[in-house]
Amino acid sequence: MQPAISVKNLGKRYTLSHQSQERYTAIRDVVTNGVKQFARKLQHPFAKHSYDPAHEEFWALRDVNFDIQQGDRIGIIGRNGAGKSTLLKILSRITEPTCGQIKIKGRISSLLEVGTGFHPELTGRENIFLNGAILGMSKAVITRKFDEIVAFAEVEKFLDTPVKRYSSGMYVRLAFAVAANLEPEILIIDEVLAVGDAQFQKKCLGKMEEVGKEGRTVIFVSHSMPTVTSLCDRAILLESGTVAKIGPTSEVVMHYYTNGLSSPAMIKYQERHPGDSFARLLSASIKTGSIVEGGAIEVSISEQVMVEMCFEILQDTAIQFVPNFNCFTADGVCAFYCHDTNKHQLGKGVYISRCYIPADFLNATTYFIGLAVSSYQPTVKVHFYDENCLSFNVYDPCEGVATRPETMIPIPGAVRPNLKWEINKL
Amino acid sequence: MHASQQMLIIEAGRSERHYWRDLWRYRELFYILAWRDILVRYKQTVIGLAWSLLRPFLTMLVFTLVFSKLAKLPSYNVPYPILVFSALLPWQFFANAFTEAGNSLINNANMISKVYFPRLVIPASAVIVSFVDFLISGAILIALMVWYGYMPDWHIVMLPLFILIAFAAAMGAGLWVAALNVKYRDFRYIIPFVVQFGLYVSPVGFSSNIVPDKWRLLYSINPMVGVIDGFRWSIMGGNVHLYWPGFVLSVALVTTMLITGVMYFRQTERRFADLI
Repeated sequence: MQPAISVKNLGKRYTLSHQSQERYTAIRDVVTNGVKQFARKLQHPFAKHSYDPAHEEFWALRDVNFDIQQGDRIGIIGRNGAGKSTLLKILSRITEPTCGQIKIKGRISSLLEVGTGFHPELTGRENIFLNGAILGMSKAVITRKFDEIVAFAEVEKFLDTPVKRYSSGMYVRLAFAVAANLEPEILIIDEVLAVGDAQFQKKCLGKMEEVGKEGRTVIFVSHSMPTVTSLCDRAILLESGTVAKIGPTSEVVMHYYTNGLSSPAMIKYQERHPGDSFARLLSASIKTGSIVEGGAIEVSISEQVMVEMCFEILQDTAIQFVPNFNCFTADGVCAFYCHDTNKHQLGKGVYISRCYIPADFLNATTYFIGLAVSSYQPTVKVHFYDENCLSFNVYDPCEGVATRPETMIPIPGAVRPNLKWEINKL
Repeated sequence: MHASQQMLIIEAGRSERHYWRDLWRYRELFYILAWRDILVRYKQTVIGLAWSLLRPFLTMLVFTLVFSKLAKLPSYNVPYPILVFSALLPWQFFANAFTEAGNSLINNANMISKVYFPRLVIPASAVIVSFVDFLISGAILIALMVWYGYMPDWHIVMLPLFILIAFAAAMGAGLWVAALNVKYRDFRYIIPFVVQFGLYVSPVGFSSNIVPDKWRLLYSINPMVGVIDGFRWSIMGGNVHLYWPGFVLSVALVTTMLITGVMYFRQTERRFADLI
């Protein structure tokens, strides 16, 4: 079958201008540059191509090739400046490529920002029509979906209030509600979910999952690995403008972590140490009985997992420090929170804290750990908290696993603990 | 053709084959953007829409005072306010459209860098907004005619044609300056200057009949001369004569400006998002 999107040898070059701060040109510069070049030609009439230090070429994307099948949900990940936004802008036809070709089959809509074109002076009702039209919805479609949009955004009471009086949450909800009701065959979404409160984010994710299940192709860019892992079945990793890896999401996410300075299961803070003037995080890792070096990325479900963090106490105080962490699944659900129940009055120095997650407790999924050290006396204080700083994948070998009944079906739940059971005949 | 069979190809330098079809598909956007601009303009103003009547009316009063009462220019058997207003109407339409269209892309920079649609929609809807103003202030002309008991003759049926030429002039100049403004912000300063300068070199406060005959063809290089003369001719009827060579020259220039304007705009619009 023909792919929904096929990208071949795509490249985008920008010319960086070191002279002016602004992207536009002033006629003054064009004239002076022209005169300069003419003078240079007069001086060196046979010089072929003079190097111009004021302009430097920069390839934001180069030799990018990939195919996306219809119905795929693809995540695009990569560090800042890897070319994610440029790729989205080319796919959305906002800017044109320098070379290469893209073939797109089907109606395409892109959502690089929520609320594009919203005017603060206009009312919610007026902005729904305005934004819808900008996104390419016809008036008839918006009218038909109007009630659904309003209900999704939960702004019934404020429909005739100018959006400049909206709270930022209401604004985002309304903006997203319009976009969520787009019905393209291919949907491109940039990091728009980063805004809004957690509850609404969940609602949006749900809506997007629906979109994917209806057989639509979704291309999703995000910095949040849990979101990408839960939403997308395949992912593309971009590194300095080229495709570094493409494949199933979990593999690509792992590759993203392992290729950097730190692995997903082990992190060493070199320059930026999370922390305040009392405590700071130095390093952390996931270990098992069998894997102690480099961090355990793949963990068997029937193995004990050790979460280890190394932190430094910077002052001698009477504060009782409590190491703790939370553990999220790929769906963004908090599986559990736990802390060291012993009280430690720690003096200045470097400490290592270990927590043992028992075997036959976790489920077979990807987990993300957020590490913290807090104190509760005299006031509640979080000295550092590094969200999703570690991650590891739990696999289920199926054979001889205590928490698996004699079947091969996937087992739901954030955890799959081996608890004590009793049965008595009455 | 079934919707899902649509094949879109993105390539460097490829002019989109479906551009005009896309423009048709986004036709509602013209009207919605124009509607937004009109709606927003008079929010939080006290007299609201009355502004678009008051401004041309006061300009007309001043021009009548200066050119008729002080400079004692001929009025060709027509009340001077009508002579002034029949020129002020197309001039203000052109001046507003030129200014609004010229700045439209910069003002909507955010939309351009985040959503795809044929960029032509933005300056075109700015021209439409000015056209709505033009229609509203047209009411003043009708009121003046009633006040002076002035009855235009058959020439008036030609007015729509001249409105069309005025529209073409505004659109052509607007597209040029809008596209240039994205790349060269110098046009921010050029636009108000052209509008101010144009008011004096165009026959707004006086009739172009006072220009010596040997200079008239040269004078018609300003395309607004042909547009304004046409308006006067159709409103003032047999009282003025249309200088045909000059009029044809102006119309030819307007047509050239419109065609090259669309071409230049199409050629540059693919790079707007990188430049803006």
